[in-house]
Amino acid sequence: MSELISLTAAEAAAAVRAGELDARELFEAYRARAAAENLNAFTWVAAEAPEADGAADTPLGGVPLAVKDLFCTEGVPSQSGSRILEGYRPPYTATVVERLLGAGARLLGKTNQDEFAMGSSNENSAFGPVHNPWDRARVPGGSSGGSAAAVSAGLSPWAIGTDTGGSIRQPAALCGVVGLKPTYGACSRYGMIAFASSLDQAGPLTRTVTDAALLLSHMVGRDARDATSVAFPGQIELPRAEDLKGVRLGVPEELVGEAGGVEPGVRRRFEETLTLAERLGATVEPCRLPHAPHALAAYYLIAPAEASANLARFDGVRYGLRVNGDADLVAMYERTRAAGFGAEVKRRIMLGTYALSSGYYDAYYGTAQKVRTKIAEDFRAAFARFDLIATPTSPWVAFELGAKTTDPLAMYLNDFCTVPMSLAGIPALSLPCGLSEGLPVGFQLAGPAFSENRLLAVGHALEQAIGFDSGAARR
Amino acid sequence: MLDRAQVLHVARLARLQLDDSEVERMSRELSKVLGHIEKIRELDLHDVPPTSHAVEVTGALRADEPQPCLPVEAALAAAPDPVRVQAGVGFGVPTPGQADE
Repeated sequence: MSELISLTAAEAAAAVRAGELDARELFEAYRARAAAENLNAFTWVAAEAPEADGAADTPLGGVPLAVKDLFCTEGVPSQSGSRILEGYRPPYTATVVERLLGAGARLLGKTNQDEFAMGSSNENSAFGPVHNPWDRARVPGGSSGGSAAAVSAGLSPWAIGTDTGGSIRQPAALCGVVGLKPTYGACSRYGMIAFASSLDQAGPLTRTVTDAALLLSHMVGRDARDATSVAFPGQIELPRAEDLKGVRLGVPEELVGEAGGVEPGVRRRFEETLTLAERLGATVEPCRLPHAPHALAAYYLIAPAEASANLARFDGVRYGLRVNGDADLVAMYERTRAAGFGAEVKRRIMLGTYALSSGYYDAYYGTAQKVRTKIAEDFRAAFARFDLIATPTSPWVAFELGAKTTDPLAMYLNDFCTVPMSLAGIPALSLPCGLSEGLPVGFQLAGPAFSENRLLAVGHALEQAIGFDSGAARR
Repeated sequence: MLDRAQVLHVARLARLQLDDSEVERMSRELSKVLGHIEKIRELDLHDVPPTSHAVEVTGALRADEPQPCLPVEAALAAAPDPVRVQAGVGFGVPTPGQADE
């Protein structure tokens, strides 16, 4: 069985397709691990392997897939980590899940997450926190913490998550796996329980860059049911690059310097990776993103503002929890939401409602939207001189459970290097680049809109050169 | 920066009941977060257009034609109080009372 688990998802899919591996045996091996896990990574696990179903003739070969709780899956619990959706089983399936299952992936389970994807530690879940496979006393990152931990610990060959301000990249970094946030609009948001609609984007969390490319290649594409989705120009290709000749990497001082508070150990691994990139033929030079230090402030206005509107739908009427149904209507709304939402979700609803309220709208939300314009302009100017931008994914390695729960602002600072890309709508990849204090460090690459193939190619070449050993977390 | 009265006003707008300890905590925590957010006011943003969407989307309109939709039973299946009345079926809600403006 351990041999099965050691295969990457792409290798497992190829083996099934070649008739060398039985898809049901593969599924059962992972199902048993997922059902017996002790990281609290899963909120639901499939009861049995699917019937023999022609998996060998599909592109993804029946390889099991873990799906973040917030993706609607027909008849399967989907509550976005929230008490307010307790027991909810949606009547339909999210487009990206539908596409992946159609391409031959098999639903292994649903993964734990911060409630409504609001968090950077997975401590805000109604299901309780997830433990980091590298050190159980530490957080896996968030909000896609269950997906990252499941892949890291070998409980699933691969997983999907969502990224609004770093929710794929940061947990990928803290758990030592690969995470990709695609260009905004590349993947349909239909059936994703919304957090901040102008930022939310689905993407893969995987063991290798090749696995990320394979999974993403079956996720992208326009969907008539999401008017903000766009046709991906060309196709996602499996990366083959072995060197970085001619690749120009820019390193933004504003994110990597003092202001970001990057830990010394993280900085060392980051700088070593840049040296490695140079050795592979890339040029590495400083670049400027003058407004990037203001991205966090703009993000923590825009995302909560959108969230406060999106979460208005949870009112005890159409689904989920209802409290005090015999009270009058408004009292029922207020009590249901008080009982159903956790502390962080309430905080963001309050912040967003305040930022949108009469008298404050221009000063807060309107200003944040202007900052967003400047940040997108900064990236455009940088990409005139550079192919990709490199930063650490997270300023820190995984921190201890409870270490930042009493200080929301300290928790938000986790996202310092990931929110600028989210606001600009551009794709970014996090890949493991080594350990600091025995814990994984993430290296982030960002490129212009729809540069996923280049990100994957560069990420692949670096991954081969780094030779990160993820096996320790898979015992 | 965000006092008790403001917290209660915003909570009312958000249809969120807060107990006393939550009001105190919100006031403290949101004030701290807003203190950080104030930084964006340092920037000169005169004549900068706002961005509400990062990626240009054109031609998002579709033909206005009936499409298949969820069966009523499926749409009602998760409702806390599905009701059946003479006119059909729907989501049951409490009577709007005096608290409802």
